[in-house]
Amino acid sequence: MRKGHLENRREFLTGCLAGAAALACGDGLLQAEALRPQPREAKSKLVVARDALLRGSGTGVDPARALALLDRAMQTLCAESEPVGCWRKIVRPGQRVAIKVNALGGRGLSSNVQVVDAICERLQSAGVRAQDIVIFDRDTAEMEHTGFRIRAGGNQVQCFGTDRVGYEDTLSRFGSVGSRVSKILTRQCDVLINVPVLKDHDGAGITAALKNMYGVIHNPNKCHPNGCNPYAADVNMLAEIRSRARLHICDATTACYEGGPGFKPQFAWHENALLVSADPVALDHTGWQMIERKRAEKGLSTLEAEGRTPRYIATAADAAHRLGTNDPRRMILSEVRVA
Amino acid sequence: MQPIDRRSFLLCAASAGMVGSIRCRAVSPAAWPAAASPDDSRYRKEALFYQKLPNRRIKCKLCPRECIVGDKERGYCGVRENRGGTYYTLVHSRVCAAHIDPIEKKPLFHYLPGTLAFSVATAGCNVDCKFCQNWDISQSRPEQVPANYLPPQTIAALAAQNRCPTIAYTYSEPAVFSEFLMDTADAGHQAGIRSVAISNGYLQDEALRTAYAKMDAVKIDLKAFSQAFYRDVVGGELKPVLDSLVTLRKMNKWTEIVYLVVPTLNDGDQEFRSLAGWIRTNLGGEVPLHFTQFHPDYLLRNLPITPVSTLERAKAIAEGEGLHYVYIGNVPGHPGQHTYCPRCRKVLVARTGFEVRQMLIQKGGCPFCGQRIPGVWHS
Ligand code: SF4
Repeated sequence: MRKGHLENRREFLTGCLAGAAALACGDGLLQAEALRPQPREAKSKLVVARDALLRGSGTGVDPARALALLDRAMQTLCAESEPVGCWRKIVRPGQRVAIKVNALGGRGLSSNVQVVDAICERLQSAGVRAQDIVIFDRDTAEMEHTGFRIRAGGNQVQCFGTDRVGYEDTLSRFGSVGSRVSKILTRQCDVLINVPVLKDHDGAGITAALKNMYGVIHNPNKCHPNGCNPYAADVNMLAEIRSRARLHICDATTACYEGGPGFKPQFAWHENALLVSADPVALDHTGWQMIERKRAEKGLSTLEAEGRTPRYIATAADAAHRLGTNDPRRMILSEVRVA
Repeated sequence: MQPIDRRSFLLCAASAGMVGSIRCRAVSPAAWPAAASPDDSRYRKEALFYQKLPNRRIKCKLCPRECIVGDKERGYCGVRENRGGTYYTLVHSRVCAAHIDPIEKKPLFHYLPGTLAFSVATAGCNVDCKFCQNWDISQSRPEQVPANYLPPQTIAALAAQNRCPTIAYTYSEPAVFSEFLMDTADAGHQAGIRSVAISNGYLQDEALRTAYAKMDAVKIDLKAFSQAFYRDVVGGELKPVLDSLVTLRKMNKWTEIVYLVVPTLNDGDQEFRSLAGWIRTNLGGEVPLHFTQFHPDYLLRNLPITPVSTLERAKAIAEGEGLHYVYIGNVPGHPGQHTYCPRCRKVLVARTGFEVRQMLIQKGGCPFCGQRIPGVWHS
């Protein structure tokens, strides 16, 4: 059976993805940069940008303010005076960019559509063609339910789930993980921009940048034991992911401090913030502290007291992974506000 | 054990005149990637064996893992999903592999020798054995593998039309599709077709007693006799599997045990001795035990094929511990595939590969010395 399935899948994809196949290996130079372990003395830059008026007078995020918030965060991160300068440090014209959103929480608690639209706008202003951008998650129907407009083909930003194209047939491995990776990532992407949501997670403690990569593999259900440790770290070490992951923009416009990862309005709050970094470990550590502060404010016990310490964050920083730092002394954290 | 590909499956079904009832979810290449996701509502059914928790969470009580699953999430097996606080199986009648196999392929050697089993599987498994030969279905979520809608009555009809006295739930892990297994067993029994489960035995007691009560025989894969192996190689636990074997014994369910011998990981003399001693003490010496040969696959590709001499050593140790029916599997032509009378040592069932060349057991006994041979035999 296996053999038959593989042949069918291959034939199917050969016809469909011929144009994309040449890009399967991505950009050699940037891959090499991304794969290089971080020097021990290097500090990770992280920006938390907030806008108290992000929603104007309504409940939804105002698109113009979302763009301004993104610009403020990126310009602080990249120390650039113009948004386009920031994005040119991330992507180059001609590259294919995949934006991994998180659509699990429905309309209430998923990657914000206005924020993602702002990212697409800035990518295009940096010279990336609209049709070379794909917004994706695991499942198209979930994305649609969240508010993303599904698009495929034509000169427009693409938007669909891995269910439309499937996963690679071969296994990718690192440590505890053996997984098939989304073909969107392997065949349509040189640069991966990760847009997770900041959430409490009943098993893992919290979910943000690292755990959002579960939506890129075929067997996330096998990676949940032991509070996702070391799985969440190992998934991010898969070559297909690590070589492409360039930037993490964590959506904390609406976040949740309890009862996650599903949306429960009583535990959600409008932080009206974005956390932006190239270091997913620093980002997750910082997001975790934000959730702990909110829990304390609401009179809840710490995640550690509940036996839900997100230990995979420390694992991601260890010598076997070196995906970033969880040591605040090695982070340069900038907290900024949109005027 | 390799299930057939979908084309062969469809041919098989077509030859049985049933192709009209089978739908295919393959998407036309021309439509890629804008095709809509197939509606999975016909495969969805409220699960058995779970408990509702506050905040729309549930606790699954099907297997010892006891996944606590939040809204919109799935359990470890990937085929059961919480939707709004109600737990659903996503694989009822969602058959991703089907084949007509000799019953010897399961293997069940003391159960209707020389007959055929209409064998079906859905996606999913509640463990993650690093040596799995069917990982492409067992370790996938249902929407990731092509499947056909085959409701229980259709399976029973296909089994009957193809002269299969048995439906086998196999290839992946039937425990995770218990609801489908139970309904299909009922449909089969109404049509005079029996059912057998080829399982890892990693179930909770109530689920085992409820679901496998409908089985006419069960084969349990006992992956090792050490908790360390279960933890590191299987992703499960040993004790619940041993408990299941004892429960099946109490239920008087015909049970055979397979032990895949993996070089360097579960092939020590002491482990074989402990295993056989435990079976002898807790289940009796008449339970068939199959030592089968490992082949590199999935995440364990760095180990060699099990030497035949290791399997022979295991067999000798188990027999020395008092087990009467110890077999060597995955080695076609080996004399360890035959069934011998434990009293007069004559060959009663001669096998080559999955083929039964000679079947001498009469009325459940040895025709030479009258020794009773345990099993489920032709009436
Ligand atoms: S059957 Fe599946 S969902 Fe239920 S406890 Fe076992 S692995 Fe978890």
